Amino acid sequence: MAFEGLADRLQSTIQKIRGKGKVSEADVKEMMREVRLALLEADVNFKVVKDFVKKVSERAVGQEVLKSLTPGQQIIKIVNEELTSLMGGEQSKIAVASRPPTVIMMVGLQGAGKTTTTGKLANLLRKKYNRKPLLVAGDIYRPAAIKQLETLGKQLNMPVFSLGDQISPVEIARKAIEKAKEDHNDYVLIDTAGRLHVDAALMDELKEIKELTKPDEIFLVVDAMTGQDAVNVAQSFNEQLGITGVVLTKLDGDTRGGAALSIRAVTEKPIKFVGLGEKLDALEPFHPERMASRILGMGDVLTLIEKAQSNIDEQKAKELEQKMRTATFTLDDFLDQLAQVRKMGPLDELLKMMPGANRIKGLNNIQIDEKQIAHVEAIIKSMTKDEKLRPELMNSSRKRRIAKGSGRTVAEVNRLLKQFEEMKKMMKQMSGMQQKVKKKGGFKFPFKPF
Amino acid sequence: MSFFKKLKEKITKSTDSVTEKFKDGLTKTRSNFSGKVNDLIARYRKVDEDFFEELEEILIQADVGFATVMELIDELKLEVKRRNIQDPAEVQSVISEKLVEIYNSGEEQSAHLNIQQDGLTVILFVGVNGVGKTTTIGKLAHKFKNEGKKVLLAAGDTFRAGAIEQLEVWGDRVGVETIKQAEGSDPAAVMFDAIQAAKSRKVDILLCDTAGRLQNKVNLMKELEKVKRVIEREIPGAPHEVLLVLDATTGQNALIQAKTFKEATAVSGIVLSKLDGTAKGGIVLAIRKELNIPVKFVGLGEKMDDLQEFDAEKYVYGLFADQVEKAE
Repeated sequence: MAFEGLADRLQSTIQKIRGKGKVSEADVKEMMREVRLALLEADVNFKVVKDFVKKVSERAVGQEVLKSLTPGQQIIKIVNEELTSLMGGEQSKIAVASRPPTVIMMVGLQGAGKTTTTGKLANLLRKKYNRKPLLVAGDIYRPAAIKQLETLGKQLNMPVFSLGDQISPVEIARKAIEKAKEDHNDYVLIDTAGRLHVDAALMDELKEIKELTKPDEIFLVVDAMTGQDAVNVAQSFNEQLGITGVVLTKLDGDTRGGAALSIRAVTEKPIKFVGLGEKLDALEPFHPERMASRILGMGDVLTLIEKAQSNIDEQKAKELEQKMRTATFTLDDFLDQLAQVRKMGPLDELLKMMPGANRIKGLNNIQIDEKQIAHVEAIIKSMTKDEKLRPELMNSSRKRRIAKGSGRTVAEVNRLLKQFEEMKKMMKQMSGMQQKVKKKGGFKFPFKPF
Repeated sequence: MSFFKKLKEKITKSTDSVTEKFKDGLTKTRSNFSGKVNDLIARYRKVDEDFFEELEEILIQADVGFATVMELIDELKLEVKRRNIQDPAEVQSVISEKLVEIYNSGEEQSAHLNIQQDGLTVILFVGVNGVGKTTTIGKLAHKFKNEGKKVLLAAGDTFRAGAIEQLEVWGDRVGVETIKQAEGSDPAAVMFDAIQAAKSRKVDILLCDTAGRLQNKVNLMKELEKVKRVIEREIPGAPHEVLLVLDATTGQNALIQAKTFKEATAVSGIVLSKLDGTAKGGIVLAIRKELNIPVKFVGLGEKMDDLQEFDAEKYVYGLFADQVEKAE
């Protein structure tokens, strides 16, 4: 059941090729089989895979790979490039109507996350573009959908327009735009009920809303976990409504998200945003190159770097680096470091972004418990200043006190101290290494803002 | 007698309305899937490699998953050889035969719910966000109420905005009570309350809603374990069923969902929702095969009575109804 990334998949093929000196067309064919499998397991639609593999094969056979000394990497490079270009450039711009309000319609299947995304989008519009959106509760069918949007509106402190569930969504949309004009809201976000793309009556309703409101954007909201059917859904919504963009939701799960590629390929409409969590600020622009890596199971270094950049205090990092080099790293610094890393987000998510992390044995299924980090923090915080500076002071009575103070056991205190000692030892070795490397340009460790 | 005839006979014995529902609900699924199979069979004169390759494509597009498809194709090839089948039309029945076989290959497991003869039955619903847990509970409450059972709902999704209200609306529609606390409260506490209420009100069936959660969120999965523990502690042997609700449009990730939720909450059955779209829910086969979790219900529409007990043969019948009709 393990879903290997493309790099892992290609490993065995590459090993066979190695030592052969030359790569034959048959070898490329075999590698293409692995590419195909990796994409299928990532839920990229079959037809899209077929076309894609054909394209990559042509490029691969056309010299590039055959001559290369590292055919495996060459293949991955080509695949990655083709994937990225297929998914289009970064296009997270939102239309602005020449005469406000700008109208945005949110459409999609049931449970894709339209209402939540509507809230997130409104939040983004206000935060990033300083806009004044009006939320419109147009889902009159699902029980409490209106209430859900109203709650989101309250959380965001934004107006929600609703006429209850007895008035037709078309009428609601019409009145909402009037209201927005009155109140000088420059954006109107219309939430609509989830519906099957094959439900003619409900699709007609959307067409009517479109006809009436002349929206500047129609966003199709799609669950990133969608399988082969993503193609049918996207194509159908696009044909009937002419969508202007796609929002991919629930990408904070562990799905590869091949649906992104399928949707892009059949509709040729840009994926504008991705939903990365349940909080209202968890909406980010879509990055094609990152999505390509993800589909291929190759980690997401760029997001990791970005997170590090935005969250790590440069000054502190410098100090830390200095301390490590001189091996005057104390438990206090350790605590600091933990706090910095934690600011970047849940650790298991960070880990997933590291390329190759899933190849390290034992790391593959590691479940990082945030609580344990809290425990470590509690233990360190229960130490006196002296103890933190000089852990060698520690005796059993001190340990008992610390255990009691932090609500942990003496064994846990011992474990932490031991780990800390080992870490220090490692740092000494590293700083030794670093000085040697330094002459050749050097690298920095560990949490240097990139 | 051909496989289809046997199937047809078996099914006409069961209630017609149910079969009709399956047929209607699966119309889109069927016209897509069996339409392709028909088309495939019409285009090929003999059963060869190309034929199997195309069949493979059809199955993969039904989200069956690569590993299962390969296994199925291998078995089909063997079977075709063994029976010396030349005509593609004959392969058709073998395909559905094999599909049912794969589904039934695991341990014998009832598609029925484990309902206590007397006393309280607790059913816990789990799943990722947006799969239709609350709606499924509403439909199931309706079904139990019609059977003359006393039903109570527990609003355990205290996280998502409007989730409690959504369940309450369903409760009102069906005419059953809902036990709730404020949004943001501890779901385990809601369960505790609900169980006490169920006991004192002599309720037959308690349906417990939970917040949708992605299976890779460790903390949220732990919260779910806690919810289950509280139920276990209050009523020995409960929850009597843990139903994982899966969206039929979900691709290969459904397998990981099933695996992780099974580890956390010992899932006893699956509700396959939204099967009335064009999605084929083929991942059900892989889940049954690899994790041995049976599908217990399928959601075939938005109406209250659009939840049907799963029956592998009827499911296949739904997929192949055109062929069955022709076989008559």
